[in-house]
Amino acid sequence: MSDRARGWGLVAPALLWTTAFFVVPFAVMAAMSLARLDGRELIWGVHWDNYAQLAQPHIARAVVVSLEITLTVTVISVLLAYPLAAIIAFRVPERWQRLALLLALLPFWTSYVVRSYSWLLVLSRQGIVNQALLGLGIVQEPVTLANTRLATVTGFVHFFTMLLTLTIYASLRQLPPNYARAAADLGASRLRTFVHVILPLTLPGIVTGAFLTFVLCIGDYVTPQILGGNNELTLPQVIMVQLGRRADFPLASALALVLMGLVALAYLLSSRWLRIDRV
Amino acid sequence: MRALSWLYLALLYAFILLPVGALVLFSFQDGRLPVPPFQGFSLRWYADVLGDRRLMAALGHSVAVAAGSSLVACALGFLAAYGLARHALPGSALIRAVLIAPIAVSTLIVGLGLLLLVNRLGLPLSLWTAGIGHVVINLPLCFAILYAAMGDQQRSAERAARDLGASEAQVIGLVTLPMLAAPLAAAFFLSATLSWDEFIIAFLLTRFEVTLPVEIWSLLRSGLSPRLNAAGSLVFLVSVAVVVLLEILVLARRRR
Repeated sequence: MSDRARGWGLVAPALLWTTAFFVVPFAVMAAMSLARLDGRELIWGVHWDNYAQLAQPHIARAVVVSLEITLTVTVISVLLAYPLAAIIAFRVPERWQRLALLLALLPFWTSYVVRSYSWLLVLSRQGIVNQALLGLGIVQEPVTLANTRLATVTGFVHFFTMLLTLTIYASLRQLPPNYARAAADLGASRLRTFVHVILPLTLPGIVTGAFLTFVLCIGDYVTPQILGGNNELTLPQVIMVQLGRRADFPLASALALVLMGLVALAYLLSSRWLRIDRV
Repeated sequence: MRALSWLYLALLYAFILLPVGALVLFSFQDGRLPVPPFQGFSLRWYADVLGDRRLMAALGHSVAVAAGSSLVACALGFLAAYGLARHALPGSALIRAVLIAPIAVSTLIVGLGLLLLVNRLGLPLSLWTAGIGHVVINLPLCFAILYAAMGDQQRSAERAARDLGASEAQVIGLVTLPMLAAPLAAAFFLSATLSWDEFIIAFLLTRFEVTLPVEIWSLLRSGLSPRLNAAGSLVFLVSVAVVVLLEILVLARRRR
C-alpha cells in the first residue's frame, strides 16, 4: 500500500463522519431555507419568502434583541474579566495560580440548563437578592429580576467572564516580564505601560475571547429562555418556536443561516486580531 | 492598589461562585423551597432524586452517550491526526479546515441540520441520533488536541520502531498510542464533560429516551424546588470531578 493510500485510509473515517453528519445536513438546511410551506406541504425550489420574513417586525426585533444582548454581554464580560485575569497572573503567587484559575472556572463546567436554573435561585422573587434587599430594608416589595433582559445578561456575563478570564490569562502569561520592566526603566508610568505595551500585546487574546463570546452568546437558546422568559425573544428562541409549535422548518432553516451570517460577519470584523490557533 | 486588587478578586469570586453555591447549599434544604432561610440539613431530596426512575434512566442515558460519543470522537480524531501528521496528503489544509469547521458553528445549527437530515431519511429520533450529534461537535476538539500533540519526538521513536521491523499496527499500538496517553485522556474527558452537559442537540435529537439535561429541562416547568437543586448538583459535581481528574492528569504529565 502506498504512503498516500495509507494516509487517506486513516483520514477517511473522520472525514466521512463530518461530511455525512455535518456537511450534508448543512446542505439540506440550506436547501430547506429556500423551500416553501404550502399549508402542511413542503415545496422545494428557490423561494426567497423565508428570508423576506426578516422584514416582519417580530423577527427583525429578535435579530436586534440578540445583537443588543450579545454586544452588551461581550463588552461587560471583557471589562470584568481583564482585571480578574491580570490579578491572577500578576498578584497571586505562582504556585497558587492554577488553583485560583480552576476555582474561577468551576461553574464553567456546568450545563447551560443547570447554570441558568441556579441563577433563578438568586434572582427570583423569593430569591437570594430579593431576600437580601428586603432584609436590609432597601425595598419593601420583592423586585422583579427574573424574566427580564437583566437576568439574561447576568446569566451570560457570569459564563463569559469565566471564559474570557481564561483566554486573557493565557495571553497575559505569554508576555515576557522584561517588556513592562523596560517600559518602566524608560520612564513610562504604569498607566502608559499598560496602554502602550501590555494592552496592544494582549489584544489578540482579548479579541479571540470576545469572538468566542459573541459566537456562543448569540447562538444560545437556554439562557434567554430560562432567565429572560418570553417577554422579548432572541433569534434562537424564535428559531425554536418555528421548530416546535409551528413546525415551520423552512423558516427555521433560513433564520439559522441568518444566525450563521451574523457570526461570519463578526469573524470578518475581528479576523485581523484573531488568533484561534494560539488559545 | 494592592488591597483594591484583593477586594476585586473577592467580589468576582463571589459573583462567579454564588449561583452554584446556592444550588448546592439549597439541595440540602429541609423544606419545600430552595431559597433562604436555610431551614436545616437534609438528604431527602437526594434520596428523592436517586429513587426517581425517570431521572435515573436519564442519568444512565447521559453516561452512555457521553462515553460512547467521546470514544468514537477520540478514535476518529486520533486516526485523522495520525494520518495527517505522518503522511503527506494533497489538500491537507482543506481537510483540516473541514474537520475543525463544526466547532465554529453554534450547536443549535448542528442540531437543526441533523434533525432535518434524520427527518428526510425517515429515521426515528433516539439516543443514537443525539450521540451522532455529540461526535460531530467533539471530533474537532479531539482532532485538534491530538494533532497538536504529535511532535517530532514521537516521529523519531516511530521511525526507530519501523527500522527495527515493527509493522504499522505495532508502531501505532506500541509506540504512538502509549506516548499520547495523556493527550488522549485529556481529549476523552473533555469531550465526555461537553457531551454530559450538552443540551440543545440532545433536546432536538432525542424523543422518548432523553439525557439528564433534557430531563432537568422538562422539570423546570414546575418551578424552583430542592429536588431540582439536588439533580443539578449531581450533574455539576460529576463535571467538576471529571475536570479535576483532567487537571491532575495534565499536572502529573507536566511534573514528569
